[in-house]
Amino acid sequence: MYSLFALVGRGFFTLAGYVGGVSRLTYNCTYWVLVAPFRGKGLRWYASVRQMVVVGFNAVPIVSLISCFIGVIVALQGAYSLRAFGALNYVVNMVAVIITRELGPLLTAIIVIGRSGSSFAAEIGTMKVGEEVDALETMGLNPVRFLVVPRYLAMLIMLPCLTTVADTAGILGGALFAMVSLGWSLPNYLLRTVDALVMRDIVSGLVKSIVFAVIITKIGCYEGFSVQGGAEGVGKSTTASVVKSIFAVIAADMIFTAIFYYGSES
Amino acid sequence: MEARVDPGSGSGGMEETPQAADNSVAISIRNLAAQFGEREILNNISLGILRGETFVILGGSGCGKSTLLRMIVGLMRPTRGQIWINGLDITQLSEEEFNELRKKIGMAFQNSALFNSMTVGENVALPLREHTDLEDSTIQIMTRIKLDQVGLSGCDPLMPSQLSGGMRKRAGIARAMAMDPEILLFDEPSAGLDPIIAAGIDELILKLKQAFRMTIVLVTHELASAFLLADRIAMLDKGAILFVGTPEEFRSCMIPRVRQFLERRADEESQDVEQYLRSLTREASPAGNRM
Repeated sequence: MYSLFALVGRGFFTLAGYVGGVSRLTYNCTYWVLVAPFRGKGLRWYASVRQMVVVGFNAVPIVSLISCFIGVIVALQGAYSLRAFGALNYVVNMVAVIITRELGPLLTAIIVIGRSGSSFAAEIGTMKVGEEVDALETMGLNPVRFLVVPRYLAMLIMLPCLTTVADTAGILGGALFAMVSLGWSLPNYLLRTVDALVMRDIVSGLVKSIVFAVIITKIGCYEGFSVQGGAEGVGKSTTASVVKSIFAVIAADMIFTAIFYYGSES
Repeated sequence: MEARVDPGSGSGGMEETPQAADNSVAISIRNLAAQFGEREILNNISLGILRGETFVILGGSGCGKSTLLRMIVGLMRPTRGQIWINGLDITQLSEEEFNELRKKIGMAFQNSALFNSMTVGENVALPLREHTDLEDSTIQIMTRIKLDQVGLSGCDPLMPSQLSGGMRKRAGIARAMAMDPEILLFDEPSAGLDPIIAAGIDELILKLKQAFRMTIVLVTHELASAFLLADRIAMLDKGAILFVGTPEEFRSCMIPRVRQFLERRADEESQDVEQYLRSLTREASPAGNRM
């Protein structure tokens, strides 16, 4: 019994310490993004744009392709169920709503976690092991401003953009199914998609993507700064960043979906 | 000869004189202690490092010399005690104030710590770009001058991965000197280098010392480097200062541990692997019992 309490207690304090660390990083980052520029410490836009290319532009092909496939899959699965009710026409509504409200932001976040969240942890972790983070501090340069802020800005700007790309590709995937199996034309499919969607669907997906951007950057960078030991430590932190980011993104997704659902009811 | 533990040697009654008033002292360390959990890394260290001198901190592996250097530059905070640099107690400074002070301190790391995503030139130029309003062309010229000074002319477009170990060390020194610091810190500058390259790094530090007369603090366990470069030597053992004095005094010092270090005699305890493993088990067991 004693060991059970000890286990629970240790787990609680570990979790509290982790949340506290990530919150502190978020606070520091917010200071460097929102307050410091007014005190003469400008943002590092060149580094941010470089990160935008890596995080956003380079991810467009894989995000588009996977989202298109998911659009086809959702249309196929939807058609399987709706056919029984003679409601095949509603496949377009189903694809549009599911992709924009849920799968577009979620899939994009998961792809970005794999591509960029893990690389944030690995890059910063390797820099920490190689004393590069210490070197920044000895030069009087804040590591959060130097390493985290450009990644944070890039993620905040590019994740909603990638989500929009994913939404478009997913809807086009659904259109592919409709054109091949139902004989619809592309303009007809797109017109019906516009009718099926309300602005709230798209906005709720984009709001989620901003929250996911914060989560992915903070966990990836925090894991990088937490690296201890050598290459093994970097590997462990990289894996931990992916697992924890996926968990946190799905948990946040559930909370936001519930908020949007009950919010729309009232 | 008795153990020479001289907290402010050469500083002239430093204990009574406020640091801000004593301009001859660049770095003054008072009753410094560092503890990680139960383990004491530094124990009541007091030292005075004079302006313009080359002060070498010697000691075996794990004696706390790198920890001391990291505390001087603010990478670690002491458990207790004070560190005064240029008359300012760094343990009391805000981050912003300390960052201002850090512009006057350069540090060359053991593994060079060059940013691998930047060229050598960008590495050296970084502090200048971040801390000054100089024109890009001026920064480029200054970068080339710094690289010339460490014997790396024409290496500015190379990536750190394209450099040899010795060249990386030199590039790290060039970066540490970029802001023309008053105090230059070296952490094991010749570690991991062959004797010829290591001698080249020692000669470079000697050249810089003679040319710029800055305060140099060098942590090493290489006796040859210490005797070549030091104006004064401090020897650390098990987190405490064992000796402070000139190289000549160090050579003739009769403290058993110093003699052992000078004569490169192995520690009898460390040869007993079984005893070492037992000591580790003893250290680990109290934590294990608590669980």
